[in-house]
Amino acid sequence: MIDLFEVSRIFNAGKPNQFTALDRVSLTINRGELTILKGPSGSGKTTLLSLIGCMGRPTSGRIRLNGIKTSFMPAAEASQELDISSLPERFLTEIRRNNFGFIFQQFNLVRGISVLENVMLPAYPGGEKFDTFRSRALTLLDNFGISQKSATRVELLSGGEMQRVAIARALINQPEVIIADEPTAHLDSKLSIEFMKLITGFRQAGKTVIIASHDPIVYGEPLADRVIEMRDGQMVTGQS
Amino acid sequence: MIQHPAVIALLSSATIISLMVFYAAYYGYKIITGWDLQSGSEQQLMLERRTYLISTVIGYAMAFQLISLFLLIYTADTLHPLFTGAMCAAGSLGANSFGYPLLLLKVANAVFAGIWLLINRLDSKGYDYPLIRSKYRLLIILTLLLVVETWLQYRYFLNLKADLITSCCGSLFSSSSRGIAGELAALPAKPMMVLFSGASLALLASYSYSIVKARGWYLFAAASLFFFITASAALISFIALYFYELPSHHCPFCILQGEYNHIGYLLYACLLGGVVAGGGVGAAEKFRKCGSLQEIIPGFQRRAATVGMLFNGTFIVVVLARIFTTSFRL
Amino acid sequence: MQSINRHYNILDFAIASLLRRKGKNLALLTIYTLIVALIASLIFFVQALKREAAALLQDAPDIVVQRLMAGRQDLIGLENIDRIAAIRGVSEVTPRRWGYYYDPVFGANYTVMADAKLAPQAGMATVGLGVAKNQRIGPGDIFTLTAADNSLILLNLEKALPFESELLAADMILLNPADFGKLFAFPANAATDLAVTVANPREMVTIANKIVETVPGSRPIMKSEIIRTYDAIFDWRGGMMLLVLAAALLSFVIFAWDKATGLSAEERRETGILKSIGWETGDILLLKFWEGTAISLTAFLTGVIMAYIHVFFFSAPLFAAALKGWAVLYPAFHLKPFIDPYQLSTLFFLTVLPYTAATILPSWLAASADADSAMRS
Repeated sequence: MIDLFEVSRIFNAGKPNQFTALDRVSLTINRGELTILKGPSGSGKTTLLSLIGCMGRPTSGRIRLNGIKTSFMPAAEASQELDISSLPERFLTEIRRNNFGFIFQQFNLVRGISVLENVMLPAYPGGEKFDTFRSRALTLLDNFGISQKSATRVELLSGGEMQRVAIARALINQPEVIIADEPTAHLDSKLSIEFMKLITGFRQAGKTVIIASHDPIVYGEPLADRVIEMRDGQMVTGQS
Repeated sequence: MIQHPAVIALLSSATIISLMVFYAAYYGYKIITGWDLQSGSEQQLMLERRTYLISTVIGYAMAFQLISLFLLIYTADTLHPLFTGAMCAAGSLGANSFGYPLLLLKVANAVFAGIWLLINRLDSKGYDYPLIRSKYRLLIILTLLLVVETWLQYRYFLNLKADLITSCCGSLFSSSSRGIAGELAALPAKPMMVLFSGASLALLASYSYSIVKARGWYLFAAASLFFFITASAALISFIALYFYELPSHHCPFCILQGEYNHIGYLLYACLLGGVVAGGGVGAAEKFRKCGSLQEIIPGFQRRAATVGMLFNGTFIVVVLARIFTTSFRL
Repeated sequence: MQSINRHYNILDFAIASLLRRKGKNLALLTIYTLIVALIASLIFFVQALKREAAALLQDAPDIVVQRLMAGRQDLIGLENIDRIAAIRGVSEVTPRRWGYYYDPVFGANYTVMADAKLAPQAGMATVGLGVAKNQRIGPGDIFTLTAADNSLILLNLEKALPFESELLAADMILLNPADFGKLFAFPANAATDLAVTVANPREMVTIANKIVETVPGSRPIMKSEIIRTYDAIFDWRGGMMLLVLAAALLSFVIFAWDKATGLSAEERRETGILKSIGWETGDILLLKFWEGTAISLTAFLTGVIMAYIHVFFFSAPLFAAALKGWAVLYPAFHLKPFIDPYQLSTLFFLTVLPYTAATILPSWLAASADADSAMRS
């Protein structure tokens, strides 16, 4: 589903503080797999996630996606293979919005607005009818058992509740792929284990899941299809 | 110079718009020289971000430009008592030799900017931005035209001196006088009616043909342009007469006023909208073979042409309704 | 449909964000509103004054004929009436007698006019409201003027002028021609000027030229010239005031720029989040557009309403002294409310355009945060 070939990402190219975050990484991620990237901070996990998740473009190398939904390409062509290595931001964002759901280390919820609004936020620019995605958001909140908090402002939630809101938000646009960056960094062990239960649930439901973490609870997950170790911008191991 | 608040508003806004567009064009030039979509370098990403800024700036500039076109006419109209013999905007604009060139350039720039925005919109739909260099080259031309317009506007207002003897609409648009406006008025009503009907039918025919056969878009663009010119001439030649219910009042500006329910705004907006849409269809045809746009252009042309037809159709309907409901007869 | 929904959704969020940051936006909104109100007051006031003057001049004679003596205005002999009346196209010629009277007691200058209609008998007078207020007299009261030979003329006030507008008539005293002659020792066979009525306005210029030929040394002034002069004076004053206000406008623009550039860490974080969850630069720009539109619209409408109240209910106390003042007496008057799209679009260009121009670049800078910035915080 996702194909990386010799992908590099260099920051501040040509300047004294030039920094290679990713160094010629090649990787294939199959549909429906649970992939875990592990490694110390600064090893390139987050950069790799951001490239896979269409948040930026590689400095060199190719990234190809298979079987995704876009509005700007004929369906037949897009489902074959789409090279996103040089797509402009406008189109990358569209792919990301429709195909990827993100869960962040800091939850990244917008303060001052309600739980429900936070969950709906990724759907605003998509041009769907407000009522359509509102009812979808309510269903999601219901599934995660926080529907009674839907009108509460997010800063009043507990850590576990925030985590569930963040997951519900990642699912609002019904993505194929779920990407999580250090999702358990701010959770205690109990909540971390609960989180992994939810994640493996997604995998069983057929979604592709990619997680970056250096938490043993995460990379020790027995259901993981693959654990990839990263160091200094390169893949060290890629056991299957 | 006449220190009317509206004059100050027009001059300062023209200056601001020119500066904004000039800024955009500077980065447009950088894009022309440095664009490389294949690269993921920070420089290229920055250029891509700049395209958003440029689109936004031109979008605002276009909106302000359109309003300032009407503000100019209205100001010319308000200033007419300052000139002996001037009875409306027509006289004020003729008060020095910069007035009419300014007005014509302003109209042309509004149309040009509108078409540019359509091309820009089209280009941003193609995932490889195939028109990027062409459109920024056009932007540089547009910028130059806008700067000339600002210059003309300064020349016009700075050279405007009260008390000059000027021709009023009565004499300026009477058939005996020379000049562009005079020539238009000199076009006799009956043949002009035939020509206007012909242009309307030609537009409708080319629209139907293009929609059904999905080609002949250049023809449609040409028909739109022809309609725009013919309708403008017809407005002065005979349409205005029906609105004023006067047999010899050809002025194209008085129709904007409250006495005629500001109907002129609707008519001119329709004409401008129609020619911009038509021009957009024609411009799109030129880029038909460009990369990812092949898929998008046919739909775009159908939609733009339909919108253009709606504008021109509204113009025709309003004019016909007036001709048939008023008791005035030529 | 999709793009309408997108606009609707983002507009919804824009208004929610504005309300969420009331404190920050309130300061901006207040200053913005005041600027709009100030400039709108100026525009409305100048326009209203012009309309008042035009309404008043509606009744003015088509042509006023003066006689020039050594380049200065002199009395015109009544024998010229017949000569002018003989010109083809002239329908009526009326002599007018008027002058200025300085009242040392009240320190005011009055316009005194002979009028047989409003003061049919000697000893009767009609005055403008400004004079009545200045002299503290009402109908039925008696007041005195000092004549040219230092004798006093007793006058019985008939009524204060029922003029439609008070702007030009406030300092007016109308006397019977006999009293007028006594007051100024005015020769009986002369007038200050002659008022000429013309049948067809299109012949005005031709007739004016003929008057100069027929009465050597005369100066005909057409009504259109008077209107033009008033217009030019009001416009000029308005323009000068506007240039003074430009400083205020400029500081507002700098303030707006500063507000738009100085984003708080919280706002930056929020933009980063939006971009990371699937909003793109164009969406954020649209958000900023709707925020700006909401602010501009609110400020514009509130400012216009404030200006309307200021000018038409309270007679523009802020500008009255600077813009009206050619008379010693300031008439207390109410302007007729009048607003048209033209004034509003002028106002739009003077306020909304600079604000918008000042916020485009900061909005774009805010919108071009990296999508992965939220992952790196």
